[in-house]
Amino acid sequence: MKKAGKILYVGLIFLFLYLPILTLVVLSFNDSERTTGVWRGFTLRWFEEIFQREDILEALFNTLLIALIASVVATIVGVAACVGIQAMTTRTKKVVLQLTNIPMVNAEIVTAISLLLTFAMFGISLGLGTILFSHICFCLPYVILNVLPKLRQTGVSAYEAARDLGATPVKAFFSVVLPDIMPGVSTGFLMSFTMSVDDFVITYFTRGAGINTLSTLIYSQQKVGIRSSLCALSTVIFLLVLLILLVRMFVIDRIGRTQTVKGGS
Amino acid sequence: MSKNKLLSGPYLLFILCGTVIPLLAILYYALVDKNGSFTLRNIASVAEPVHLKALGLSLLLAFICTVICLLLAFPLGLLLRKSGGKNKGFVIFMLILPMWMNFLLRTIAWKVLLQKTGVINSILAALGISNGINIINTPYAVVLGMVYDFLPFMILPIYNVMIKIDNSLVEAAYDLGASSFKVMKDVLLPLSMPGIISGITMTFVPAMTTFAISQILGGGNIYLIGNIIELEFLHGGSRNVGSGLSMVMMVFILISMALLNKFDKNGEGTVI
Repeated sequence: MKKAGKILYVGLIFLFLYLPILTLVVLSFNDSERTTGVWRGFTLRWFEEIFQREDILEALFNTLLIALIASVVATIVGVAACVGIQAMTTRTKKVVLQLTNIPMVNAEIVTAISLLLTFAMFGISLGLGTILFSHICFCLPYVILNVLPKLRQTGVSAYEAARDLGATPVKAFFSVVLPDIMPGVSTGFLMSFTMSVDDFVITYFTRGAGINTLSTLIYSQQKVGIRSSLCALSTVIFLLVLLILLVRMFVIDRIGRTQTVKGGS
Repeated sequence: MSKNKLLSGPYLLFILCGTVIPLLAILYYALVDKNGSFTLRNIASVAEPVHLKALGLSLLLAFICTVICLLLAFPLGLLLRKSGGKNKGFVIFMLILPMWMNFLLRTIAWKVLLQKTGVINSILAALGISNGINIINTPYAVVLGMVYDFLPFMILPIYNVMIKIDNSLVEAAYDLGASSFKVMKDVLLPLSMPGIISGITMTFVPAMTTFAISQILGGGNIYLIGNIIELEFLHGGSRNVGSGLSMVMMVFILISMALLNKFDKNGEGTVI
């Protein structure tokens, strides 16, 4: 009986977390142009409409373009920064790391308006460029905080050994250090990409007129009701991510098992 | 090796232009008027009834949201801890997965669910409860939205810390005759403190500063400090007043965090 209560508790929390997602999935099959609470019959036409609506396609394109460029730039700048930070004196390192933490702990809206004001102050007109710059700024800490611990674990000895054996600094970095810190680099990249795709507040404040990402497009429709094709697109994205994650979990699980088998023999 | 330092150059430039100068920009705009001369009026504008009410409501709702999240997440952490570390990957997967649906859409889904003629009330009506719940466009709906959006950020750090607690400590406490309540209060709670503290931070700050959740679930009637700042910046208000209010908001966040840290130290004290 006590155990049933516990399972019920865990179940209710996860029901709470997944109920809106279920709702959105159902709504993307609802035969009504915008989201309402009323069921008007089953249709698949919103999935077709995704490809016919220019505003949605453009927002999707912008979202992915911004996320891709921002996370790639943040990863490159971030990894380079980590190598540099490693070489710093303890005191400078501390200051830099504290500054790195600011965007992480600061309220999003404060980061957003602070960037907006800076653009205004220097007369930079808002557009794709300002969104990109802002996204790179808030992605960088995720790269640094994931790569730096890995770099610390690696230490300088492997790098120095490679140098002693005649490798150029660039070669030593790419063939000795980088493979070692790769898990941190890829986590940092993926987190940056995710954060950028999911971002609303910072994009909302730093975008120019007429530029939409999926988040800002959704927000602009919240009063009148979201177009059902937008729900359909989100359902597709969600299921796609679910599929990727499941495959990854399954593959990693199998690799893990084969490795233990090998280790056992 | 010292040449390597140069590699952090581009990043330092990003910190300078993307963090340091922007924060100074808020400070500057908060302290000048439209014509650029010094004034304290922007900061003092927090005393206007509308602003004061919004700030108070933000603090209150964020506090309630944080408490509810904590009350939901702590027992969940205890239960999941008992199920052992073998499910860890799956649990974290289940907690992170919802974040792959846009958070605005998930919040809007609650609007659909909570409508007077919405799904929840239809189910309640079918069960014979005719009154239903009418919380849409009230602060209750906003709190529900906040709890929904930020609960994973409370659960994850608590769960991460709890799963690392050595079970032999718990067993030792039981062996020494502690009741299960005492084990929770004197062993599990203090050891979970780091997770609880980061959970509170990750819940309170976004809840206190949100404007989207209150806009969507408050139906435009509920003004949190975030909504006021948004109005000042994007809908024809004054950037200077917006900056002044942001400064005040940051001060309140810093005070809250300082109080929290003090509490944290007390917590650590009891461990020793």
